[in-house]
Amino acid sequence: MKNNNVIQVEGLTKMFGDFTAVNAITFEVKKGEIFGFLGANGAGKTTAMKMLIGISNPTSGKANVAGFDVFTHAEDIKKSIGYMSQKFALYDDLTVKENITFFGGIYGLSRKRIKEKSAILIEELGLEKVANKLVGALPLGWKQKLSFSVSMIHDPKIVFLDEPTGGVDPITRRQFWEMIYKAANQGTTVFVTTHYMDEAEYCDRVSIMVNGKIEALDTPKQLKAKFEVDNMNDVFLKLARG
Amino acid sequence: MKRFIGFIKKEFYHIFRDRRSLFILFGMPIAQIMLFGFAITNEINNVDIAILDHSKDVTTEEIINKISASKYFSINQFIEKESDIETVFKKGKVKAVLNIEKDFSKNLIKEHKATIQIITDATDPNTANTISNYVNAILIQYQKELNKEITITYQTVPQTRMVYNPALKSVYMFVPGVMTIILMLVSAMMTSISITREKELGTMEILLVSPLKPFQVIVGKVFPYIFLSIINAVVIVLLSIFIFKMPVQGSLFLLALESILFIISALALGILISTISATQQTAMMISLMGLMLPVILLSGFIFPISSMPLPLQIISNIIPAKWFIIIIKGIMLKGVGIQFIWKETLILVAMTIFFIGLSVKKYKIRLE
Repeated sequence: MKNNNVIQVEGLTKMFGDFTAVNAITFEVKKGEIFGFLGANGAGKTTAMKMLIGISNPTSGKANVAGFDVFTHAEDIKKSIGYMSQKFALYDDLTVKENITFFGGIYGLSRKRIKEKSAILIEELGLEKVANKLVGALPLGWKQKLSFSVSMIHDPKIVFLDEPTGGVDPITRRQFWEMIYKAANQGTTVFVTTHYMDEAEYCDRVSIMVNGKIEALDTPKQLKAKFEVDNMNDVFLKLARG
Repeated sequence: MKRFIGFIKKEFYHIFRDRRSLFILFGMPIAQIMLFGFAITNEINNVDIAILDHSKDVTTEEIINKISASKYFSINQFIEKESDIETVFKKGKVKAVLNIEKDFSKNLIKEHKATIQIITDATDPNTANTISNYVNAILIQYQKELNKEITITYQTVPQTRMVYNPALKSVYMFVPGVMTIILMLVSAMMTSISITREKELGTMEILLVSPLKPFQVIVGKVFPYIFLSIINAVVIVLLSIFIFKMPVQGSLFLLALESILFIISALALGILISTISATQQTAMMISLMGLMLPVILLSGFIFPISSMPLPLQIISNIIPAKWFIIIIKGIMLKGVGIQFIWKETLILVAMTIFFIGLSVKKYKIRLE
């Protein structure tokens, strides 16, 4: 991969009829980076992300994810990425172990590998006692952490997290970010959208989308300096009010 | 392949851990076939009737004896005056009153003509009709016995023979219908619900981001229901053979093939419904209103298509269930082979291909 970039996007555009949801965005994400993808509701974050993970076809532009072109090799991209959606998306009527086994299975892990992985995951998350309980019975924070681990079960190059900490308590959020750091340290690139501006501070670099365009892209420190404010919240407000 | 097996295993967990779907899958077919077989019937048995006998002579006594001896009627009470007729009907138990005129025997001998009035409670028109036919038949029989010695020179004697269901058992008519409903319900409704459930939960998105191809996801969702529908079809056929003694005249193999064809067309409909509905509730409503009602009302299962108004007759042609009922009635009751039902089969095949094509197209649009 050239320049060590795992995501390279150039002029990526998505139109729905006359409406331009994503307007010629250009950015790149380096390997091992935690990349924050910020924007108000309806700014086009989710649409942009859907194009990158191969479930929505771009109207025009170029995008390369994990070394594959989104237009021609969407299926190859899917093998190299993990995805955790806004909605909690494990099966409530399956046990912790069954969920892990199922998702391991659809990512083509061998039976032996699934066994190893689920033992590691369950231990890391401290879920030994509830491993054979239905996921529906777990508290939301635990589910969220499990969901993150499951999205990483096949050791993807990039993991896409769509507002992963929505509705969880501050302690769990803290733990969640520790998990994100750990993943990044192990070389996984993390692409995360969020509403919480304090979380934006944890990212290596953030981009801020307004009305389908990327209006700012830099490290949190630089952005704050540029807009002459002392927290990301104010950066965001300045941009959004434009 | 290994992925596929894992997927199917998961699908079965969903089904077996949800009491509601278990009930629909296994309770419903058995309950329905039993209900239709035993409780809902067009035949009449031991209907309560009342008798208003104005003459009380030898002939009327003979007639009354004949009627009470038949298994169709039991005489509930004798009433004395015209005004009582209304009262017994209002009480509700008595379904018919025989009003025998005064001097019945005398009239019969003198004028060769005497009258019995049959008054039936027509709040249930079918039963009323059947009762009056049965009473008529008993009277005609009696008349024949009276006239045994006399031969009439010119006489047309209709000879009726009921073929394919000589005992006129209603269960013969219901089994094909119930089988159609159940297969439709299990295949179309259950799959549409189970696919929309994944959409509602957000897991569908996860599955589509995974290396599984969209068609693998759909086939994986649908496959368990093909399997369960086939089991259901087998259970229904076994119940009708062993409990209702309904023979399967034709080839079981052909019956199985046609059933699978119908199951696939219903599944395609289910997928189609799931692509246009966002929630499980919508999917269920569309399945019930859009599939079940037409199947019950317009397929010829309960109401004969030939006696419907023309527009409805035309509409009935686009209902796959209509063709399937014709096919399985043909195979089960008449024992026909493919040479007699190839046209219906072809229509069903065409419909199935159309539904599959349409749902593939819709599904792709949705993915955009």
